[in-house]
Amino acid sequence: MQPLIEVRDLRFRYDDGTTALDGIDFDLFPGETVAVFGANGSGKTTFVLHLNGLLTGEGSVTVCGMPVNKGENLTRVRQKVGLVFQDSDNQLFMPSVLEDVAFGPLNLGLERDDAEARARAALDEVGMAHAWGKAPYHLSAGEKKRVAIAGILAMQPEILILDEPTTFLDPPGQNALIELLDRLPQAKILVTHDVDCARVLASRAVFFEKGRIAAEGSVEEVVARFQWDRTALKRSAGSPF
Amino acid sequence: MHHVVLDRWSRGASALHRRDARAKTLAVLVFLIALATAQRSFVALSACYFVILAAVVVAAGLPLGSALKRASVVLPFTAVFAAISLAAGEPMRAASLIAKSYLSALAVLILVSTTPLPELLRGLERMGVPRYLLMVTQFLYRYLFVISEEAQHMRAAAQAKSGSIRVLFNRSKFGAAAGALGVLFARSYGHAEGIHQAMLARGFQGTFRTLAARAFNKADAAFVMAALIVLVGARAAVEAWI
Repeated sequence: MQPLIEVRDLRFRYDDGTTALDGIDFDLFPGETVAVFGANGSGKTTFVLHLNGLLTGEGSVTVCGMPVNKGENLTRVRQKVGLVFQDSDNQLFMPSVLEDVAFGPLNLGLERDDAEARARAALDEVGMAHAWGKAPYHLSAGEKKRVAIAGILAMQPEILILDEPTTFLDPPGQNALIELLDRLPQAKILVTHDVDCARVLASRAVFFEKGRIAAEGSVEEVVARFQWDRTALKRSAGSPF
Repeated sequence: MHHVVLDRWSRGASALHRRDARAKTLAVLVFLIALATAQRSFVALSACYFVILAAVVVAAGLPLGSALKRASVVLPFTAVFAAISLAAGEPMRAASLIAKSYLSALAVLILVSTTPLPELLRGLERMGVPRYLLMVTQFLYRYLFVISEEAQHMRAAAQAKSGSIRVLFNRSKFGAAAGALGVLFARSYGHAEGIHQAMLARGFQGTFRTLAARAFNKADAAFVMAALIVLVGARAAVEAWI
């Protein structure tokens, strides 16, 4: 099967000399959801920014057969790869919810009526149709996250990348978001510290360490290998949980 | 979540709220021109216009006292020039400056209090105001909330560590306040970078495209005509009376 995303020997160094990615090989196949674990600063976010062409390093990144580092492909790549940022406040910048969700389709060159229709459909899909006329800053954290996802869905991407999707959400908000993401048919990459979220959504996991993929396998295998949940804490502390 | 009062007011449901932003902007422009060009009759005209604006505030369902108080925000700036005029022996010019600036501010306040900012900006764009200027305004307004929250978080952190925010503003601790301001700007810069990345990620290529705006209907045209008649008529009547 042809992967939707194919990354080979990706390397990236920030201007200050910090090596963020040091030879990443990665594939994402249609229909699968991959959890990306790793400590803060291990290169997870830097990695996903390459998949959308926001950063360009050495090596190759191919999305749906298109090389990402070619300028002329970027619009098409960004239509294929929807990136939901950790901080929804960064993603919601238009004056109203409807205009924000329509921002992507308008940039793709759709007519205004078509863009509005897509935006309304995307809002409906995430259960936020009622909020179309609201200003984004009047929404709760969970609502902002849903609208941010709608803004991506309106571009009809084949791949969704979500950077810490459950951050800032309360448990009911997290559950609602996980249910929503579970319903969406796109292939997904979840950058997350939330092991429970990954257990529900992801079929595979990779673990980033110092800019490299240190391990990959099922979520349980990766979590167990790196003790990436609180199981060890429960054992050692006489289980206060 | 923090709400700017004017933003809350602008989401009302009065007849004035329902008018197109362009109609209200045109009415305000007529008002400003009529007021600014008034010479000998300005005292009586100012009183007359004050009554008209106060009536509009009440009709729009806005709290009169609060609106009048908020419009006075311009007075400290005008007062400087008024004081200069007064010192130069021109008391009428000083009074004119104060009255005209206050009434102008009140008129603009009514406009922004009865028109949600997105509609106002879209209306201004369709009236030919440069798009980039409006975009800057839009972003400034949008991220005022984010920066305000950042500032409030930092304030809470400062209070938690020092017991009182006033500590930061003691003369001896002025350096700490300046440092806090620097951190606020650095955080705001970080937000700006994040926003730019989010825009690029959704295909932004340097040109903002927006959804279709509502049409300017007969009621809006009638509103502009009514404003023209009332405002110009009031000035003509006052000048004839003087």
